[in-house]
Amino acid sequence: MRKFEKLTSAIVPLNIENIDTDQIIPARFLKATTREGFGENLFRDWRYNGDNTLKADFVLNDPAYGGQILVAGKNFGCGSSREHAAWAIQDAGFDVVISSFFADIFKGNALNNGLLPIQVSEDFLSAIYTAVGKNHKAQLDVDLEKQTVTIVDSGEQVDFEINAYKKSCLINGYDDIDFILNQKHLIAAFEQAK
Amino acid sequence: MSKTLVEKIWDAHVVKSETGFPDILYIDTHLIHEVTSPQAFDGLRKRGLPVFRPQQTVATADHNVPTIDQLLPIKEELSRYQVDMLTKNCAEFGIELYGLGHPFQGIVHVIGPELGITLPGKTMVCGDSHTSTHGAFGAIAFGIGTSQVEQVFATQCLLQQKPKTMKIEVNGTLGKGVSAKDIILYIISKISAAGGTGYFIEYAGSAIEALSMEARMTICNMSIEMGARGGLIAPDQITFDYIKGREFAPASAEWDKSLAYWKTLYSDADAKFDSVLTFKAEDIAPMITYGTNPGMGMGIRENIPSTSSQPDKEQLSYQKALDYMGFDDDSSLIGKPVDYVFIGSCTNSRIEDLREVAEFVKGKQKAENVTVWIVPGSKQVEQQAKNEGLDQIFEQAGFQLREPGCSACLGMNEDKIPAGKYCVSTSNRNFEGRQGPDARTLLVSPLTAAAAAVTGKITDIREMLTKA
Repeated sequence: MRKFEKLTSAIVPLNIENIDTDQIIPARFLKATTREGFGENLFRDWRYNGDNTLKADFVLNDPAYGGQILVAGKNFGCGSSREHAAWAIQDAGFDVVISSFFADIFKGNALNNGLLPIQVSEDFLSAIYTAVGKNHKAQLDVDLEKQTVTIVDSGEQVDFEINAYKKSCLINGYDDIDFILNQKHLIAAFEQAK
Repeated sequence: MSKTLVEKIWDAHVVKSETGFPDILYIDTHLIHEVTSPQAFDGLRKRGLPVFRPQQTVATADHNVPTIDQLLPIKEELSRYQVDMLTKNCAEFGIELYGLGHPFQGIVHVIGPELGITLPGKTMVCGDSHTSTHGAFGAIAFGIGTSQVEQVFATQCLLQQKPKTMKIEVNGTLGKGVSAKDIILYIISKISAAGGTGYFIEYAGSAIEALSMEARMTICNMSIEMGARGGLIAPDQITFDYIKGREFAPASAEWDKSLAYWKTLYSDADAKFDSVLTFKAEDIAPMITYGTNPGMGMGIRENIPSTSSQPDKEQLSYQKALDYMGFDDDSSLIGKPVDYVFIGSCTNSRIEDLREVAEFVKGKQKAENVTVWIVPGSKQVEQQAKNEGLDQIFEQAGFQLREPGCSACLGMNEDKIPAGKYCVSTSNRNFEGRQGPDARTLLVSPLTAAAAAVTGKITDIREMLTKA
């Protein structure tokens, strides 16, 4: 798994609530059998017209914005459990997603792939939108070790929560399977005792 | 110490619990299908690992499969490739596959219960969010991502934080024309598409206890649509009667032993839930969604809530949803013409759903402006429908009874709703593009779908039942 420690980057603001994984990567693109290449179809139906030209009014197509941090409204990643959603976001160049609320399965899928989901308050989310409204290239500073997000222009900073185990997985670049494989003797013993 | 049902099952499956780490949770049954497994099998190959407990893994092909001429080679190349990959992977790793042509093939959440694989007290996972369906039997069942599919393949376990628990009680008696689908659409509309996030939900109360197993599956199926990890219902005599005699259900001495255990599976009277909600069955009308998430639903005679009544921060998203659907603030959907009716999906494609629809449409005709697809959840449901003559009733009504699969619930196969068209659907999601790019989905119960099929427009089923 990819390691994550710190990132300072501009953002892409996607001020929409309840973004479901069918929007992030529509079902018709789930037919691939490898993990690569999903970024091309990230937000496919919001990003492209029917004739495959780019929709000018969609924020991912706006050259004024860019960066490795996606910022979106509450209940991000609801719906289908497709991990392809996390793969698509990563494949499109994002390392962090910030929202005021994440759907459980998406959050787990992101963490399992080294994509950092950061939950912030509605107020801080508004502060991010305000900052990027004033300066499209406004940057955020994400520090996983300290568990802080800072709006670089204003210096506004918040702490964020992350499970200690998941934090160490991200920082060290190891995954659940590595962890659990070391405990396989316990699993066999559990089965014996059942 | 008193425990909730979730806590009882969870604690019985913890291999290791250590402060500061997620629990190692043992998984009894792993269900897989063609869409979320290929990368997990690849992961095993890269790590040089076998499937640890292939006998506890059950595979079927459902998401991509055609619903017409199912035994011909799949036309769409990528769909065919994905289904072929599943066949190859299952053969290589020693997993039983109920693929196309097998009498047990069907939607993964339909075949588990009907084969007696889904049982009370089990832990079950699948790379599909509607795994919560199996909770209807009093099991801990939830959807997982592909990395976790690989984890279960490799270890038959998952690293999981113990979830919070919520109890949702529905008491009283449902009105005429109101069914389980209406109960769950009502609850989601009340608590929102995120209202259950972080929780495992136990459904209880007299209205839930009165439901059949298939109706209970409909309720648990949509737990994920309010963000919950899963939903479950304590097993009772209805559950035990449903399981008995099924293909893989325990039999003879094993049955008695299992039954004795299953009877201990309930929340203790003084067990503490993190949250408790109560609803009255009498308050529930036939429901319909008007927006682009399952929380945007209302009683069928109500008006669409106005944008200005939404919280400021949510108005933009709300207006976007109504624009997508082509609906106006404060308007009624009654009488609105529809183009397609889809009766199917892991929510409502069971024999009971098909029987209910057939009973209503018997002797009636579909409206000319509507295309009606009935897609059974499994080969067994399809066969049963034919044995009972339901196929004849559907044919005479102008409905197409197709072959089993996920079909137009998510349109990974050829069954897609064209752009801009309205589809009244018994499936579980009305997300933008869910049934095809720019398709517009209205979620309803099978009965309300049947009413729309016959009248060609959104209709209050209760009026038609009174007339009959």
